[in-house]
Amino acid sequence: MKKNYPEKPDAVYFFGTCLMDMICPEAGIAAIRLIQREGVRVIFPSEQSCCGQPAYNSGFPEEAKAVARKQIEIFSKDLPIVVPSGSCAGMMKHHYPKLFAHDPDAARVQQFSDKIYELTEFLVHVLHIQLEDKGKPLTVTWHSSCHAAREMRVIADSKSLIRQLKNVRLKELENEHECCGFGGTFSVKQPEISAAMVRDKIADIQQTGAARVLGGDCGCLMNITGAMEHQQIRIQGQHIAEFIWERINGE
Amino acid sequence: MENKDFDFQDNISKALANAQLRRNLKFAMGSMIQKRKALFSDPEELEKLRNMGSAIRRRALSRLPELLEQLEKKCTENGIQVHWAETAEEANAIVLSVMQKHNAKRMIKGKSMVSEEMHLNRFLLDRGFHVMETDLGEYIIQLAGEKPSHIIAPAIHKNRDEVGRLFHEKIPDTPYTEVVEELNAIARKTLREEFYKGEVGLSGVNMAVAETGTLCLVENEGNGRMCTTVPPVHIAVMGLEKVVEKLADVPPLLRLLTGSATGQLISTYFNMITSPRKKEEKDGPKEVHLLLLDNGRSAILADPQLRQTLQCIRCGACLNHCPVYTRIGGHAYGFVYTGPIGAVLTPQMEGLKKAGDLVTASSLCNACEEVCPVKIPLPEIIRRLRNENYDEKGLASGHGCGKTLAETLVWKGWELVNRHPGLNALGTKMAGIFGPLLPETGPLKAWTSVRSKPQFARKSLHERVKEEGVDHE
Repeated sequence: MKKNYPEKPDAVYFFGTCLMDMICPEAGIAAIRLIQREGVRVIFPSEQSCCGQPAYNSGFPEEAKAVARKQIEIFSKDLPIVVPSGSCAGMMKHHYPKLFAHDPDAARVQQFSDKIYELTEFLVHVLHIQLEDKGKPLTVTWHSSCHAAREMRVIADSKSLIRQLKNVRLKELENEHECCGFGGTFSVKQPEISAAMVRDKIADIQQTGAARVLGGDCGCLMNITGAMEHQQIRIQGQHIAEFIWERINGE
Repeated sequence: MENKDFDFQDNISKALANAQLRRNLKFAMGSMIQKRKALFSDPEELEKLRNMGSAIRRRALSRLPELLEQLEKKCTENGIQVHWAETAEEANAIVLSVMQKHNAKRMIKGKSMVSEEMHLNRFLLDRGFHVMETDLGEYIIQLAGEKPSHIIAPAIHKNRDEVGRLFHEKIPDTPYTEVVEELNAIARKTLREEFYKGEVGLSGVNMAVAETGTLCLVENEGNGRMCTTVPPVHIAVMGLEKVVEKLADVPPLLRLLTGSATGQLISTYFNMITSPRKKEEKDGPKEVHLLLLDNGRSAILADPQLRQTLQCIRCGACLNHCPVYTRIGGHAYGFVYTGPIGAVLTPQMEGLKKAGDLVTASSLCNACEEVCPVKIPLPEIIRRLRNENYDEKGLASGHGCGKTLAETLVWKGWELVNRHPGLNALGTKMAGIFGPLLPETGPLKAWTSVRSKPQFARKSLHERVKEEGVDHE
């Protein structure tokens, strides 16, 4: 599947995602700084909230639609919308058109969806970002979120950014294709299965010997780091944007 | 169906506590995934093939009534007797009448999921008939008194030690062995006798060709060919969605089926049955019956979105790739069809009231959709059925049965908060301040059973962008 990317724009919208808003805002700040560093103005509409996926996946499409409609109203200008999550980006790019398929606003929704980019694909293909690593040697591993991999198909882009960092060694997981067990409300509707999945994911992370696990989705990271903390495992989980910002600034 | 006491959560807890089961499944599924991957090594070619397979199945379903009529006409011309059954009970009664007409007491069976839907074995055994499964996996679980745990590999949950112990206990004069070749030899010897004695052979149908009236049967052990050629009577049972338009549809579907199921270019045996034994022929059954079972399928066909469930060719790839199935196995699903396809098919056949819980067993990771050879949008159908669980105006049987005031209020509240920036900001701020004080009950308790409590940031991203001077129009 060949994707079309625009020329580097003067300005972009940033959709912060509800989880990043509450759980890891510093990763959001890092993502914004990475875009600004390339000379692009970042606009963060302050009325934004959630993409609607939690309700959509739980069987409440009307509630999801109402929240989605609000986001579409807010991000009204013809600017690319950068999303630091494969899952939220997948929702807005691939599921909004389905959600609004029989709605009078369908055409407008499609225009909105066409403007959605996941952060790492945007850094690679639109901003052509070049990274200079100022950090100490470090081994990391990478967790692919299911929707970044299977809906947005951006995993190669995320990893290419890590590989630009010369002092960072990327040791891949054995079962990288497998879900970490988060799945939004799945983790509380089926807590035992979810727990079994995240335990296996952690075992896979541990066998890499990496000191840090990176990811592009706060949901997966919250699940994995929460479970590692519970098991008192000292491996740090971090969003890729925050990691890159630290490395290029020698923090 | 038999499942009045279906308790999904209890099944899940028991399955997860069974370490041997987890190991068996992890090993077996891992190897199935590898084999499929090795065969379908060219992603572009696979994509073309999947598009073709999906189109064939969609086209067939869009013309299903006329194709079934054509199939019946062609089969009848060829000398195959065609029967229609709306329910499992009707189907069992038809099988019984054929057995009685021939004064037959012994049935040998090739693998058939439709016969599982009918609970045919129980039905015939209760009436004093001798019924023998001849597919190795089916034979193993018949000995163990279990149900299939996987669509194509019914005994996949057992390892060879367990099979060795089972043979030792259940087959007279059989010493314990865990050598696979020896286990095969024991089964072959026992089953050979059954093939000689069988009076009626029963098989499933992987696809039926309307154009020619041909029944296609995919298998690896030759037992299917024995069941359909040795006894004087052959009964083929088939879900009515399995028809395709023409012979040219068979090769791509066969390639997709065996490749997705076992990573084989083609199965060891592929049977195409078009008539009973003809006058000049030396072998083959004297009578062939085709039994077409509805069992809820025509209701599924009526809804354009749910209809896609019927595209399924029963390869089992969605089970093999499902992180949930791999951890709980097939028996936890409680009904005949398991894994992602079972989670969408069973609630539609049995009603949401009885089986609606099954749709919670997915993290919506999309692994099933990615491998489905006929491109069934399984996650989309799971979402639809989750909605039907709550939707009082829904269309699936039992819609609205899961509706609770508490859950409805939670999502209404969620919607309100996420549409009103003031409320949203307040909520986020509260989470930051009061998050650490939240009582560990309900969803949070489920979360914290294996994870530490989510740490809400003291300042939200909304607040941080203002501090950092980012444009926040």
